[in-house]
Amino acid sequence: MAYSKELLDHYENPKNVGSMDKESEEVGTGLVGAPACGDVMKLQIKVNKKGVIEDAKFKTFGCGSAIASSSLITEWVKGKNLDEAHSIKNTEIANHLALPPVKIHCSILAEDAIKAAIEDYKKKNRKNR
Amino acid sequence: MNKMKNIYFDYQATTPVDPRVLKKMMPYFAEIYGNPHSRNHSFGWEAEEGVEIARERVAQIIGANPKEIIFTSGATESNNLALKGVSEFYGDKKNHIITCVTEHKCVLESCRHLSGRGFDVTYLPVQSDGLINLEELKNAITDKTLIVSIMGVHNEIGVIQPLEEIGKICRSRDIFFHTDCAQAVGKIKLDVDKMNIDLMSISGHKIYAPKGVGALYIRRKPRVRISSMISGGGQERGMRSGTLSPALCVGLGEACHIYLNEMDKENKILQKFKKMMLDGIRKACPDVYLNGSEKSRVPGNLNLSFAYVEGESLMMGIKNLAVSSGSACTSASLEPSYVLKALGVEEELAHTSLRIGFGRFTTENEVRYATKTIINEVLRLRELSPLWEMAQEGVDISKIKWAHH
Ligand SMILES: Cc1ncc(COP(=O)(O)O)c(C=O)c1O
Repeated sequence: MAYSKELLDHYENPKNVGSMDKESEEVGTGLVGAPACGDVMKLQIKVNKKGVIEDAKFKTFGCGSAIASSSLITEWVKGKNLDEAHSIKNTEIANHLALPPVKIHCSILAEDAIKAAIEDYKKKNRKNR
Repeated sequence: MNKMKNIYFDYQATTPVDPRVLKKMMPYFAEIYGNPHSRNHSFGWEAEEGVEIARERVAQIIGANPKEIIFTSGATESNNLALKGVSEFYGDKKNHIITCVTEHKCVLESCRHLSGRGFDVTYLPVQSDGLINLEELKNAITDKTLIVSIMGVHNEIGVIQPLEEIGKICRSRDIFFHTDCAQAVGKIKLDVDKMNIDLMSISGHKIYAPKGVGALYIRRKPRVRISSMISGGGQERGMRSGTLSPALCVGLGEACHIYLNEMDKENKILQKFKKMMLDGIRKACPDVYLNGSEKSRVPGNLNLSFAYVEGESLMMGIKNLAVSSGSACTSASLEPSYVLKALGVEEELAHTSLRIGFGRFTTENEVRYATKTIINEVLRLRELSPLWEMAQEGVDISKIKWAHH
């Protein structure tokens, strides 16, 4: 199976690897997948007062496609507001990385992860208001 | 680190043909091209002589008589012929087969075929070290048990089953003992008499002979009868019709002959390589687990789980090392290996497993390079792994409610 250049690049030099303080009110965390299924993604966003995603970080346990999908989506969400980030579709990720059909679920997981991170951020900030 | 070209670490999948084997085979393509079954002229006799010497050599490595060896296309055919052939011949007297859950698919599928045709099949479980429990074998035996089929050395995890003990149990109960020794020939000492083996499957391409050739040992004293699966001219004493390929037979014979003198020496070198890699990895990376018994295993196989690092991504990171994945995620199914599952390896750990196979043409330099490459990549991917991070923070991953998809 030949992987695309984009995918290999994100796998070999993943962007935005790391963690942020999940207790911080500015940070939303999404943790999706399951170890028994072979992939787990943790995606975090840091949102400023204007509702814009300032920073994003990820850690992923999974195949190369899963790592590349999470790396790519962290790049994409930076600078976007929450609604824009929420509307990113897995198919855009799959197309950009030229994921083979058996790897489409990796892009779906990335979409789930960003949605979960946004949800977490909103929940935290609703409570505090 | 200097770039190396692709290095082969998949000797359980197949092996290259040894140049010495190839050299012995070459004349049998265009020079000695007679039909080995032609009885009327020297062309046939010459080809036949090559085949018969090969037969002796195959017999010798397992302590058999040449008359007890028939050539086949490989271990898949041998396993099919042994199980279906014995079952068909004796099926009206006894109809129970005992095998094991971690056998090769060709044994399991042959048994499944038979279970649809009036046979009862018992699939013995394995212990966490990959070995069967002999008490469970004894308890599974009934008056109807016809044959027990347990492989010698496992293709995925490299463990050695207690063949001698199994043979003793089978003989004492008048049950045939078949063993798939595709991965065992040349790797461990085999003696069909001492081990009370009645049928043994052999494969060429696991022992530096070509693909497409194998053999089946069938005991003559006391005699084991089989029904043939292929009808035709009655070659191989009626048990396997079809013109033999002298070149392939000679190749298999030579491969066995080489092991006769070199097995101990080769095992010693492989043992050293295995220790180098295993110790090296363990020293640099915590939470790496060896699958299958550490004591009862061949040295040319390491099946390792690298906790918190998914196997397929690891393979991608060490892409110039040709290894095999313990999880089947590369295919459409997301199921981890049925063998690791049978050992009780948890699914999340099975997803982190690799099979690394060494062999005759592996060099110390390659082992050193591979060890370093694997360590670097495992450490890199752990930095990427949320599970590793949680483990370091003391979070119990098994207590988290994961959404299974
Ligand atoms: C244990 C075992 N049995 C049977 C086979 C099948 O052998 P062959 O490829 O010669 O048909 C293999 C190899 O794939 C094997 O490892």
